[in-house]
Amino acid sequence: MMAALLVEDLTVHYDTREGALQALRDVSITVPEGQIVGVVGESGCGKSTLINALLQLLPENATIPAGRITLEGEDVTRASTRRLRQMRGQEISVVFQDPMTSLNPVLSIGRQMRDIQYRQPGSGAEKDRRSAEMLARVGIPDPVGKLSAYPHELSGGMRQRVAIAMAALMRPRVLIADEPTTALDATLEVQIIELLKELQQEIGCAILFISHHLGVIAELCDRVVVMYAGVAVEEGPVEDVFLRPGHPYTIKLIECDPGRLKEKVADLPAIPGSLPDLTDPPAGCIFRDRCDRATDICATPPPRKRLNGEHWAACHHARADAP
Amino acid sequence: MTAFRHTLMGRLMADPLAVFAMAIIALLVVSALLADVIAPHDPAAMNLVDRFSPPSSTYWMGTDNLGRDTFSRLLQGGRIALYVALTAVTISGLIGLVLGMLAGFGPRWLDNALLFFFDTLRAYPTIILALALAALMPRGLSTVIIVVVITSFAEYGRVVRTQTLSLKNSEFILAERAMGASFARIVFHHILPNVLGPFFILAAMNLPVVITIEAGMSFLGIGVPPGTPSWGATLKDGFDYIRTTPWILISGGLPLILATLGFTFLGEALRDQLDPRLRKTR
Repeated sequence: MMAALLVEDLTVHYDTREGALQALRDVSITVPEGQIVGVVGESGCGKSTLINALLQLLPENATIPAGRITLEGEDVTRASTRRLRQMRGQEISVVFQDPMTSLNPVLSIGRQMRDIQYRQPGSGAEKDRRSAEMLARVGIPDPVGKLSAYPHELSGGMRQRVAIAMAALMRPRVLIADEPTTALDATLEVQIIELLKELQQEIGCAILFISHHLGVIAELCDRVVVMYAGVAVEEGPVEDVFLRPGHPYTIKLIECDPGRLKEKVADLPAIPGSLPDLTDPPAGCIFRDRCDRATDICATPPPRKRLNGEHWAACHHARADAP
Repeated sequence: MTAFRHTLMGRLMADPLAVFAMAIIALLVVSALLADVIAPHDPAAMNLVDRFSPPSSTYWMGTDNLGRDTFSRLLQGGRIALYVALTAVTISGLIGLVLGMLAGFGPRWLDNALLFFFDTLRAYPTIILALALAALMPRGLSTVIIVVVITSFAEYGRVVRTQTLSLKNSEFILAERAMGASFARIVFHHILPNVLGPFFILAAMNLPVVITIEAGMSFLGIGVPPGTPSWGATLKDGFDYIRTTPWILISGGLPLILATLGFTFLGEALRDQLDPRLRKTR
């Protein structure tokens, strides 16, 4: 199976006054053609850095000392600026977290949608027709009328639909969804997820879905990558990872999900401790300091232990899934 | 396609403040353009018999110390005021717009260099700088314009820079870049329209300031050459005889007040209408 997006041993550093901040370390992610892959992790685990690296839109002080990002067989870390611009939008596209800020406030929806089709042939009227079609497809009532509306005239859910329509307009091969439901309420969340599923079927694109919401990932994704402090600690098919987690961090993360609590509790479960200092990460396992299974062996870098088929965890203590 | 009431002009017409402002500005512009036709007297003609005449049916706003008709001179003065204000604001605005966007978009060192430059210029008090420059340059309207440009473009530059900077890091610009928009497309299609709103408001609010700078410089005797009927010169003449003939000063100040009110109100109405989020109706 060919991968639409292949991230291999990607490392990203930010130059700061305190030294190189290692935002991502040896991250590998495979997004197979036409599948939905979730990336889950708490704030500061490197999700945003990952997105910016995939788009090659990292800030000026970022460097990529190692690793490769292959999009449809092409290494984007080596692509020219010109080629990158072509790839963005056409082959890879993003839906951002906050629909309140991801649309230009002074341009009408139609103008913005016409704008991103500038590489396509066709008259303005034709582009407007395509825009309206896409708006209709993402479930916006009166799509032709909405072309002349401004972002502030739409509700948050509508705006996120517009943002999705814009991202899907060029029929990209890979769609990155950066916590697209975090800023929306629960009923909209379900609708947006259904919409992403439908679009993925229709366009046949792969989706890299970034979220800290385990329930959403379980509902939507085929595969999931668990990230902690810039390191991918576990990866595999969703059922395997969520039902038989191998890495202690994944186990804790699932225990902390308030959605799985059946009774009212005084204190929500939490993982004690905090993220390590990424300018000087501890040697060996990154989760060692917060892990209750840690032993002396954890001071050495953990291997990626294959647990079952495509399911692996980067932990010395991980055991293969029971048959 | 778009109904008139949805265009900028249509929306401005629905705003009483804007209508009032535009009426004043139209009055000023028309009277300046048609000054030669409307003026009952030659603004330069001296009539020593009728010196210091109070307002009458012959001299609507009285005459000055040389018997020149104040009303006719104010009409001519309107031309000077509008010419200086529009030229100076356009030039300084364009310089400020370009430098401000460069500072906002360019590398850090360029931003710092331009900011230092802006702050240096803004540190000089306008009138002191005007006096210094007037001492170096021949007296005339172009000197007035140069003084205004030098003292005011830094303000546009700063406003545009701040806007550009905050827009550059906003999510929708990142979204545009993620969709493959080129640098030029981002600057001209996405940053510029967002910057133009505050920019035009600032420009409209600055027009009366420029008119007062010209009047002030002429009042101090470093503006227009003697004999030119600028509003400031009329004020200066009136000031000398304020005890005996106050009407010269009063009529000289009237158009200045009107112009200030007109352009300031227009600026405020523009601010309400150019920003789609502040619009009440569409």
